[in-house]
Amino acid sequence: MNTKLIFTIAKSLLVARWRQTLVAAIGVTFSITMFITLLGFMTGLNDLLDGLILNRTPHIKLYNELKATPNQPIAISNKFKNHHHFIHSVKPSGTRAEIYNYGAIVDALKNDKRVYGVAPKLVAQVFYNVGAIDVTGVINGIDVDAENKLFFFKDYITAGNYIDLKNTPNSIILGKGLADKMLANIGDVVQVTTPKGDRIQLKVVGYFQSGLQDFDKTQSYASLGTAQKLLGKPSNYVTDIQIKLTDMKLAPLVGKEYAKVFSVDAEDIQTANSQFETGSSVRSIISYAVGITLLVVAGFGIYNILNMMIYEKMDSIAILKATGFSGKDVNAIFVSIALSIGFFGGLAGLVCGFGLSVVIDNVPFNTAALPTIKTYPINYNPKFYVIGTIFSLITTYFAGLFPARKASKIDPVVIIRGK
Amino acid sequence: MSVVLQAKGISKNFHDPITIQVLKDVSFEIKKGEFVSVIGKSGCGKSTLLYILSTMDTDYEGDLLIDGVPMRNKKEGELALVRNEKIGFVFQFHYLLNEFSVLRNVMLPGLKLGKYSEQEVEHRAMEKLRILGIDNEAHKMANQLSGGQKQRVAIARALINDPLIIMGDEPTGNLDKKNSQIVFDIFNELAHEFKQTLLIVTHDNEFAQSTDRIIEMEDGRIIRM
Repeated sequence: MNTKLIFTIAKSLLVARWRQTLVAAIGVTFSITMFITLLGFMTGLNDLLDGLILNRTPHIKLYNELKATPNQPIAISNKFKNHHHFIHSVKPSGTRAEIYNYGAIVDALKNDKRVYGVAPKLVAQVFYNVGAIDVTGVINGIDVDAENKLFFFKDYITAGNYIDLKNTPNSIILGKGLADKMLANIGDVVQVTTPKGDRIQLKVVGYFQSGLQDFDKTQSYASLGTAQKLLGKPSNYVTDIQIKLTDMKLAPLVGKEYAKVFSVDAEDIQTANSQFETGSSVRSIISYAVGITLLVVAGFGIYNILNMMIYEKMDSIAILKATGFSGKDVNAIFVSIALSIGFFGGLAGLVCGFGLSVVIDNVPFNTAALPTIKTYPINYNPKFYVIGTIFSLITTYFAGLFPARKASKIDPVVIIRGK
Repeated sequence: MSVVLQAKGISKNFHDPITIQVLKDVSFEIKKGEFVSVIGKSGCGKSTLLYILSTMDTDYEGDLLIDGVPMRNKKEGELALVRNEKIGFVFQFHYLLNEFSVLRNVMLPGLKLGKYSEQEVEHRAMEKLRILGIDNEAHKMANQLSGGQKQRVAIARALINDPLIIMGDEPTGNLDKKNSQIVFDIFNELAHEFKQTLLIVTHDNEFAQSTDRIIEMEDGRIIRM
C-alpha cells in the first residue's frame, strides 16, 4: 500500500515536470545506446581480428625444433661428472625436420576425446621462378579436407575452387600478393625450385587472401602429396601436426603432455598468440570505460534535475512530512523518481542500441584484406544488454540518492515558518 | 474528560547568533473536545510552541505527551506516524500539492496511514469535503481553486485521519474577512458539532475571543490560560 502510494507520488512529480524528465531520460537513453553500440561494434571487431589469427592457428602444433641436444657428451661422461663444463659453439646435428612415427601419433590423437581434429602439414622452403628472378617463399603441403574442416580454408580462397587442390595433381593455390608478383593467372603453370635444386612445375588452381598482406606475398598451398613429391620425400614425411581441441583453454596442458608422450616439440596457441588476448581485453576495457563515462555524465544530469526539482518542491516535501510522511518515505519517492528515469531511459537505450547495431551491421564494409567480410562486424552478446541495464540502474540510483537524502533531511518547520 | 495533549516545563533556546530563550518553562494541558486559541504578540514564542507541540521541532527541553504517550526519545519515523495518525495541520499557507487533484490532496495522509482501503479513503475524503462545502470542486486540480477554497481543502486534509487534535498556525492569516469568517465557522462547527479538539495560534483577537479557552503568551511564558 505504502509502496504504491510512494510510486503514485513519484509518478505525479515526474509527469508534472515531464520536460525535465524527458531530458534526463534522453541522457540515459543516449548513453546506453552508445554503450551497447560501442561494445557490440568493438567486440565484433575484436572477434573478427582474433578470428583472423585464431581461426587459422592450431590450438597445438607438434613439430621438431631445430636445436642442440641438451645432453652433450661431456655431461654423460662419468669422468667429468664433478666438473664445471664450459661448452662453446654447440651446433645441432642430425635433427630431422619431419615428425618421427607420424602415422602412429595421428592415430593416437584421433582416439583422444579432447581432440576435435588433426591436420598434418608439410612446410617446404622454395624459390618461385619469375622469369630470371627467384622469389623466396614457402609452400604449405596440406590435407585439403582436414585443413578446411579445422581452419576454414575455403573462406580464404578468393578465386578458384579449393577442392581442385586435392583433385588436380601438381596444383598450387597462390597467395594473392604472390600471384600478382608472378603475374600468374588461374590455369597458368608456375615453376618452383626446391632448395636441393630440383625444378617442378605446378598448375595454379586458385588464389587465397588471408588478410595479412605479408603472409600472402610468400605463402602458397599445395596438397600434402604434391609437397612430398616436390621435396622427394616419402608419404609419411610431415613436418607439423596441427591439432584443434574441443576446449581451447586446455591447450597449454595438453600440449605439454603430447610433447612428453610423443617426444616432439609442442607450441600452444596461448603462448604463440598471447598478444591477441591482450589487445582484445584492452579494447574491451576502453569500450567499457567510454560507456561508463557516458552513463556517469547522464547520472550528473539526473542529479541536477532532481536537485532542481527538490528546490521547487520544498513546500510539497515539507507538507508531506508535516502530514506524516517520514524522511524515509520522502527518500523513497525521490529515489524511485531517479530509478524510473534510469529504467525507462535505459530500456529505450537498449532498443536504440540494438537498432543502431543492426544499422551498423548492414553498412557495407569491403576491404581487400578481409575477403569474407561484407559488412561491419557486430557482436549481439546479451551480456552487454544486461550490463547496460544494471549500470543504468546503478548510476541513476546513485544520482538520485544524494538529492533524495537532501530532500529527506528537509526540516518542515524551517520551510513552513519561513513563509 | 481525557487529556489529549500535555506540555510539561517546555523550554527552548535559539542559539543563532546568540543564545535567546524563546520558551520558558511552558506547562499546560488540553482536554478532549476543547477549542483553544493561543494569542500573543509577534515573537512571543507562540508559533515556536506550536511546532514543538506538533512534534516537528524536536529541539527543546521538557516533556510533551500526546494521548498520554511521551514524545521524547521517539525516532523521526515514529514521530511522522504520530503526526499522520493523531495530528491534523492547518497552516497560514495552504500547502496543497499542485500535481494532484483536490480529492487526491485530501486523500494523501489517509493513504499514508493505510488504515482503510483506497476506496474507503476516497469515500471519507468526499465526506470531509462535503462537510466543508467544497465537494463540487473535488476533481479540480489544486491550483484551480481560490484562496479560501484552498484553505478549506487544507482543513479537509487535516481531518482525513480523524485526528486527536487539529493544530492551526494563523489559519486565517492569509484570508480576507469573508473567508476568515467561513474558516472560523468551520472550526466552530468542528469543535461543537463533531467534538473535535482544536489548538489554534492566532493574533486575531476577535477570533480568539470566540474560542472556548484562550492561552495568552508573552516573552516565552504563558500569562493567561
